[in-house]
Amino acid sequence: MKPTVLAAGLLPLLVLIWRAFNAALGANPLLEITHETGDWTLRFIVITLAITPVRRLTGWHALIRFRRMMGLYAFFYGSLHFLIYVIADRFAGLDFRDGIWAWSTARGLVASIWEDVYKRPYITVGFIGLAAMAPLAVTSTTGWIRRLGGRNWNRLHRLIYATAVAGVIHYWWLVKADILHPAIYASLVALLLGFRAFRT
Amino acid sequence: MLLRTRPAIRSSEITDKKLYLRRREFIQAAAVTAVGAAAGTLGVPQADAAPSWPRVKVPNFAKSPYGADEKPNAYQDATTYNNFYEFGVEKEDPSNNAGPLKTKPWTVKVDGLVDKPADYQLEDFIKPYALEERIYRMRCVERWSMVIPWIGFPLASLLKTVQPAPTAKFVEFTTLFNPQQMPGQRRDVLRWPYVEGLRLDEAMHPLAILAVGLYGEYLPNQNGAPIRLVVPWKYGFKGIKSIVRIRLTDRQPMNSWQLSAPSEYGFYSNVNPSVDHPRWSQARERRIGEFFMRPTLVFNGYGDQVASLYAGMDLKKNY
Repeated sequence: MKPTVLAAGLLPLLVLIWRAFNAALGANPLLEITHETGDWTLRFIVITLAITPVRRLTGWHALIRFRRMMGLYAFFYGSLHFLIYVIADRFAGLDFRDGIWAWSTARGLVASIWEDVYKRPYITVGFIGLAAMAPLAVTSTTGWIRRLGGRNWNRLHRLIYATAVAGVIHYWWLVKADILHPAIYASLVALLLGFRAFRT
Repeated sequence: MLLRTRPAIRSSEITDKKLYLRRREFIQAAAVTAVGAAAGTLGVPQADAAPSWPRVKVPNFAKSPYGADEKPNAYQDATTYNNFYEFGVEKEDPSNNAGPLKTKPWTVKVDGLVDKPADYQLEDFIKPYALEERIYRMRCVERWSMVIPWIGFPLASLLKTVQPAPTAKFVEFTTLFNPQQMPGQRRDVLRWPYVEGLRLDEAMHPLAILAVGLYGEYLPNQNGAPIRLVVPWKYGFKGIKSIVRIRLTDRQPMNSWQLSAPSEYGFYSNVNPSVDHPRWSQARERRIGEFFMRPTLVFNGYGDQVASLYAGMDLKKNY
């Protein structure tokens, strides 16, 4: 079961790669990849958040075995999303005064990312959401659960709630007019967080 | 001494050398097949071989010197990557959904402060003007751009025909409202119908054209058939599509995007690298088909021709 789920989590990436090799990403492939990886990040966050409510409602407790994996996939697609943004949106927009292979390129890239994160609220909130997942990814091993103790580990991993909220705001603030898709994610996240707030 | 001569591997187990040398190709093919099958079940759109819309050549048009130095984008880019929210908000929606739009017959109403208001049949509307090809850069407010060979005629020619009254100061354009043929209009993403406007002197500028074709053919529906505006020194959304009404007025029209988000989109919407969109910088743009972004040019590179229209104006305030 576990290897199957593990493989399934890679499917969105494989589909993207396949589309890339078959010229099926449309006229603006870099933006398409950015959007797809962002979408899958939110989907895996929602899946991760859904595991506890679904277990409680259905009694299917074996699901817990997949929660860390789903969370890691959220971080994986989030990191890809960020990486594509860094390459296609920041790196590609540099002016390369001293050519591409120069220190000024590296400095310019860092400055350009920092400026965007600092200046554009939707980037700021997206970056925070991703950054909040980093400690969770690091402490996702069984060794870390033992080291922290179950209670502390659980407490730390509530950071995923912040990521979920940040992710939805990130999406909401970036769309131009049609808020349908961010609104769907917002309702799902509200529902799943609400379940935790109101359970006795 | 007995030597064991039997080989450790039977010859039947040895991979044929030709096959061995092609092992990477094989693995690649297997991977592509597996992913392809997976993708197929997920309903991934395949790259279209042939377009699904009719392609009709424009019989008579003159070449013009405009943009002779520019390399137009691929036809596929210009006809499948569109912002035309009347057919959906995704870039591929217009080319997928615009088929049912009926562009024959088509009436264009010209009214407001003009001496000769009229309802024109499209054929009569276009007939008096010589069509010419203009290769223009098109800069979208979303930081991408294309080069498109339009076919059309100067908006000024039309305005001269209908004779604006001396009190007329602005031109307002309206897109067709027909939720049956334009499924995007069934949801209030923008306030329908789409409205755009120009100051009269902008509208009279020789670079502003009404287009009826691109790449030597009549406009596909997704590009704003049967007639649309092209104002190359402004962001793409000023180029209103599928026009049914042209009204002369003494008041500055409220264009749809300004109505939707006034802090982000103004009336003028001139391409300007030094005025950021609140959510992104406009300093650079990605030409569709390229990786590295180009610096965006003020007035989209048409400053020599149009900058005088805005002499003395604060372009940061009048974005």
